[in-house]
Amino acid sequence: MRTRARARSALPAGERGGAGAGSTGGPGPRKISARLTRGDRLYHATATAGAGATLALIVLIGLFLLIKALPALREAGWSFLTTKEWSPDAERPRFGVAAMMAGTLVSAVVAMAVTFPVSVSTAVFINEYAPRRLRRPLTSLIDLMAAIPSLIFAMWGLFVLVPFLVPLEQWAVDRFGGALPFMRATAIGASLGNAGLVISLMTIPIATSIIREVLAQVPRHECEGALALGATRWGMIRTVVLPFGRGGIIGGSMLGLGRALGETLAATLILSLTFEIKPRVLENGGITVASALAVQFKDAQTMGLSALMAAGLALFVVTFAINFLAAIVVSRSRSGAGVEA
Amino acid sequence: MNNADPTRTKPLASPPDGPVRSRGGTLTASQVSAWFGASKVLEGVDLEMGAGRVTALIGPSGCGKSTFLRILNRMHELVPSASLAGSVLLDGQDIYGTSLRVTQVRRRIGMVFQKPNPFPAMSIADNVAAGLKLTGTRAANRTELIEESLSRAGLWNEVKGRLRDPAGGLSGGQQQRLCIARSLTVRPDVLLMDEPCSALDPTSTRRIEETIGELREQVTIVIVTHNMQQAQRVSQRCAFFLAAENEPGRVVESGPTSTIFDSPRDARTSDYVHGRFG
Repeated sequence: MRTRARARSALPAGERGGAGAGSTGGPGPRKISARLTRGDRLYHATATAGAGATLALIVLIGLFLLIKALPALREAGWSFLTTKEWSPDAERPRFGVAAMMAGTLVSAVVAMAVTFPVSVSTAVFINEYAPRRLRRPLTSLIDLMAAIPSLIFAMWGLFVLVPFLVPLEQWAVDRFGGALPFMRATAIGASLGNAGLVISLMTIPIATSIIREVLAQVPRHECEGALALGATRWGMIRTVVLPFGRGGIIGGSMLGLGRALGETLAATLILSLTFEIKPRVLENGGITVASALAVQFKDAQTMGLSALMAAGLALFVVTFAINFLAAIVVSRSRSGAGVEA
Repeated sequence: MNNADPTRTKPLASPPDGPVRSRGGTLTASQVSAWFGASKVLEGVDLEMGAGRVTALIGPSGCGKSTFLRILNRMHELVPSASLAGSVLLDGQDIYGTSLRVTQVRRRIGMVFQKPNPFPAMSIADNVAAGLKLTGTRAANRTELIEESLSRAGLWNEVKGRLRDPAGGLSGGQQQRLCIARSLTVRPDVLLMDEPCSALDPTSTRRIEETIGELREQVTIVIVTHNMQQAQRVSQRCAFFLAAENEPGRVVESGPTSTIFDSPRDARTSDYVHGRFG
């Protein structure tokens, strides 16, 4: 107990020392010694080891992908980023990630366009509007949904959701296809749009679960401050709850996006796989990086395997970049940084 | 500034565009009881909180003062399992009746909390004007209104140069006065204060007490305080709450502050105000 108090008191002393450094005269900042107990040192070592292992794992995975991908990247050069077709094991190999990366991004954008509003509203509903006795069951239900294997969602999407959506999509294509180019389609059903929708089924529970958790941390006294001014419940949510939860909303969505980018089964089952760029979200065809890997892996020869690794590396980099951007945004907001009022 | 017309029947506080006309509203609580779940925390409180006066609610912790205060602007019902009986009238209108919406009630009866709670993501100016936005009130003279509210709360001179700075950068006492300013912007008839100085240093406390004295002419104030000197300094009327062990809180005695402190009728009041218990 005493040692813990000593370790804590070392912090403000450090700040004082730092502030004093700028002033003239007086003694300079002194060296602060913080003697840790054995328990503290043990925890310190364990935590460091854990964090180090995680970091090392990521680096190793990246290195592994890079090394395995090198032969393919040498072969293809920059055309790897712009080529749509995929025949790495042919006599004259031609392959690139353009089509599959485009497909991944299109399906992820569709998925997030659905996930974001649905999960934010669901989280707000559970926390602020749902009857109190329903809150816990609803929360558990969402958490449970997050644990359902993606295969189940993909099959349900394939056999129930997509057949249900096809007439609606046909109507949308007939009605708006003339005016909106991205709505045009010759054949529908096995499209990136539908794959994205099914992916959103998997991302919504994850995003909702995290966003709800963060929004529940909103300081109640700030909410009361808004209500005491005569705010409606929605006014309170808009001025206090959502600004507070910004970091969590972005963080939760990003976790969903991470899953959307890597989701394999939904795209593999639903898409009629073609190595084309399909900006028309309702038209059949398209491919995603993950589904290409899943489908091509079995028959791949030496160059094919290396090319697939390169595709995996590309997905790895894109996912990393997106999460990095999200982390920057999150670190600037209150719920992410945990700043006190 | 003040309009002493006693036959005032306006349904809402003076509009934000006009000058401060209000002299405050009269709050009348009759036979107010309150429960949290099955436990009764307050019983049979009758109290009139007159316009243009500061009414102090005093008493030891756990005697139901804060609960009573929160009943006065319908914050009590935000606590799940909370219930109440009796009625509270604002200028004769039942605030728990159907004629007033809960948002209207809270707009006319503002509240300042124990812990300063400005909206940390907003600037100082936006905090002061937050009530206008939240109640959907359009005010053409937003800038003047912000200045007026900050002046009434005694904060204008300290913040006029940095209205765009985040409110979180102010000191605790300034934040509390910002919260007072924020409450004043929507022109309430009544301002409820729940131990507004308990988290503040003596200088900030004095500053807020001065503010209360200046506001008294314009808005009815009900203040919960644990500080006997403060109750004596700022209030004209006083109500002493007390809860016996395992019993709900009741008003032991209420009346002019001087009477409560100098010649209370009840021995328990005398003991409490002279610091002999609580």
